[in-house]
Amino acid sequence: MAQVVLQDVVKNYGALPVVHAINLDIAHGEFVVLVGPSGCGKSTTLRMIAGLEEISGGRVRIGDRVVNDLPPRDRNISMVFQNYALYPHMTVRENLGFSLYIAKRPKAEIERAVDQAAEILSLTPLLDRKPGQLSGGQRQRVAMGRAIVRHPDVFLFDEPLSNLDAKLRTQMRVEIKRLHQKVGTTIIYVTHDQIEAMTLADRIVIMRDGHIVQIGTPLEVFERPVNAFVATFIGSPPMNLLPATVRSGGLRLADGTVIPLPPGLTAREGQAVQFGVRADNIMPEGHSMPPTAHMALVEMPVTLTEPLGTETLLFATLAGTEVQAKMLNPRPVRTGEVLRFGIALDKCHLFDADTGASLRV
Amino acid sequence: MDVRRQHRLRRRLLTAAHFIGLFLAMSIICLPGLWVVLNSFRPTVEIMAKPPVWIPTELNLDHYRAMFGGIGEGGVPVLTYFWNSLVISLTSTVIALLVGMAGGYAFARYRIPGKSAIFVGLMVTRAVPGVALSLPLFILYGRLGIIDTHFGMILVYVALNVPFTIWLIDGFFRQVPKELAEAAEIDGCTRWQAFWKVEFPVARAGIASAGIFAFLTSWNEYALASQLTRSLNSKTMPVGLMDFTSQFTLNWGGMCALAVLMILPALVLTFLVQKHLIAGLTFGGVKG
Ligand SMILES: Nc1ncnc2c1ncn2[C@@H]1O[C@H](COP(=O)(O)OP(=O)(O)OP(=O)(O)O)[C@@H](O)[C@H]1O
Ligand SMILES: [Mg+2]
Repeated sequence: MAQVVLQDVVKNYGALPVVHAINLDIAHGEFVVLVGPSGCGKSTTLRMIAGLEEISGGRVRIGDRVVNDLPPRDRNISMVFQNYALYPHMTVRENLGFSLYIAKRPKAEIERAVDQAAEILSLTPLLDRKPGQLSGGQRQRVAMGRAIVRHPDVFLFDEPLSNLDAKLRTQMRVEIKRLHQKVGTTIIYVTHDQIEAMTLADRIVIMRDGHIVQIGTPLEVFERPVNAFVATFIGSPPMNLLPATVRSGGLRLADGTVIPLPPGLTAREGQAVQFGVRADNIMPEGHSMPPTAHMALVEMPVTLTEPLGTETLLFATLAGTEVQAKMLNPRPVRTGEVLRFGIALDKCHLFDADTGASLRV
Repeated sequence: MDVRRQHRLRRRLLTAAHFIGLFLAMSIICLPGLWVVLNSFRPTVEIMAKPPVWIPTELNLDHYRAMFGGIGEGGVPVLTYFWNSLVISLTSTVIALLVGMAGGYAFARYRIPGKSAIFVGLMVTRAVPGVALSLPLFILYGRLGIIDTHFGMILVYVALNVPFTIWLIDGFFRQVPKELAEAAEIDGCTRWQAFWKVEFPVARAGIASAGIFAFLTSWNEYALASQLTRSLNSKTMPVGLMDFTSQFTLNWGGMCALAVLMILPALVLTFLVQKHLIAGLTFGGVKG
């Protein structure tokens, strides 16, 4: 176990900066997920920690060592690659034991460690196969096994589940979380899937264009996004954003509808803003909306419904913008039906229209 | 019912046509080889007979016996030629493979400015026919005093093979995902170990096939060897074949016998390496 600290870490490809002076403190045994849209520099950051990518500026510390100039083999880390990168000419057993074999550990010790890892990941019956004879999920487990065999200080995962089908992905997600509980090693995990980020992370690091936008626990980034980007990136369905102007203590939407200003927000009179509200906080009247003191009522025509079983996702139009709402205890809804929706104002957000910054105090 | 029978008939006819076509093609490819083997066992009269005798009436080892016999009774220094060929071909192949691996790996893994131009350049060198090089090489070698030496021949064949081995091996390393080496480095390997323990074994099949090509090229090369070798010091088997020509006669039987001795090691080597080739073809290290 070890902490990982990034201080003003920069990566340039030639003249092109792709990671801009990021700072990140990761505690012992913490599970940190780097998340962000494609091309934002997540993999690059992870690969700099691994030592696979030269660090253009700043410092990376693992444990109490600055590792900037250490090759990967001296950093005591393990990495699981997106395409698994199993050694195709070795059996599963040899794949698992490779790091210990390179470290010239005694045979008996290698055997014990491999058997133990195989046990944890239910790979025992597959030990004598070659990677080519395994299914995608099994390969993924071998890749994880190879990482845990050597008891590293830090695990690095680069989108390890993105090549699996949806069902297997959910299953492996649980296994990774269980693995973390069992071994307690620091994990840095890269994904662009916000659900993976939310479910796995102790803390989420949201990146965009080579910058860290927000760091926080899953609930923090969900409930208090620092800007409109985080608000729409985290949570499913994405947060509804409606352009509005602040007028005499209320929010005036594009079609003139006025919604009372949500509490706890600071906005200047006349400021152009984006009004953000999650589907969970817009509900048709009479469908288990938890009562709150601050509630705005609007009427909206429903344009599309997505029944999900316990709830139905309603697409409706408010002031010319499509918004998504949730109907708990659903009843059938016709398209075009006009319903009265309650908006829970104390769960709403305001973002500056220009900078996207949150206006919550 | 009828339709089905017709269908089946058609399919059978197609299969038959397929076989006949294959048989014809294979005959055209194999017949000269078989003819060489056959002639090496036949008396000269039968070889020279017109019209040709297809079914041999007598097979014997006379040509082989004569070939290994004393000089003057149709004998040639087979073992020396064989040794020369072997030393020159094997050494040049090993060197060409080492250079090819270094070059191919560098091309596959590192960003090299002007890479495609260099590649075209490499290929262009292959477009020059060997004979065209023989005169300049002869003069150059004459000045350097390395005509009729193993060293000189090895040098020529390395130069001949390197562009091709680089090009081929580059292709094979390109197919080895670079994550494999990265994974190995994270698992504790140095860059050097990562290459030899992971990337090399995975690309082994391709490297072996490049090796076969290089070996066969050197083993069979005649045009340059005929200019740059002149005595037992370095004459290779293809050049040795010319020993069977004299001013007025051609000893076809002897030539065929030597040709068979030339083909055999090449065949054996190809078979040996082929097994290796198949063992090397293991996929599935990465997704897919
Ligand atoms: N070798 C390179 N040369 C130049 N630019 C590169 C190189 N590798 C990556 N980049 C750029 O760096 C940026 C960050 O890439 P990175 O692979 O870290 O993205 P990512 O966040 O992992 O995205 P994804 O989710 O698609 O994997 C991208 O804009 C990419 O184009
Ligand atoms: Mg990536």
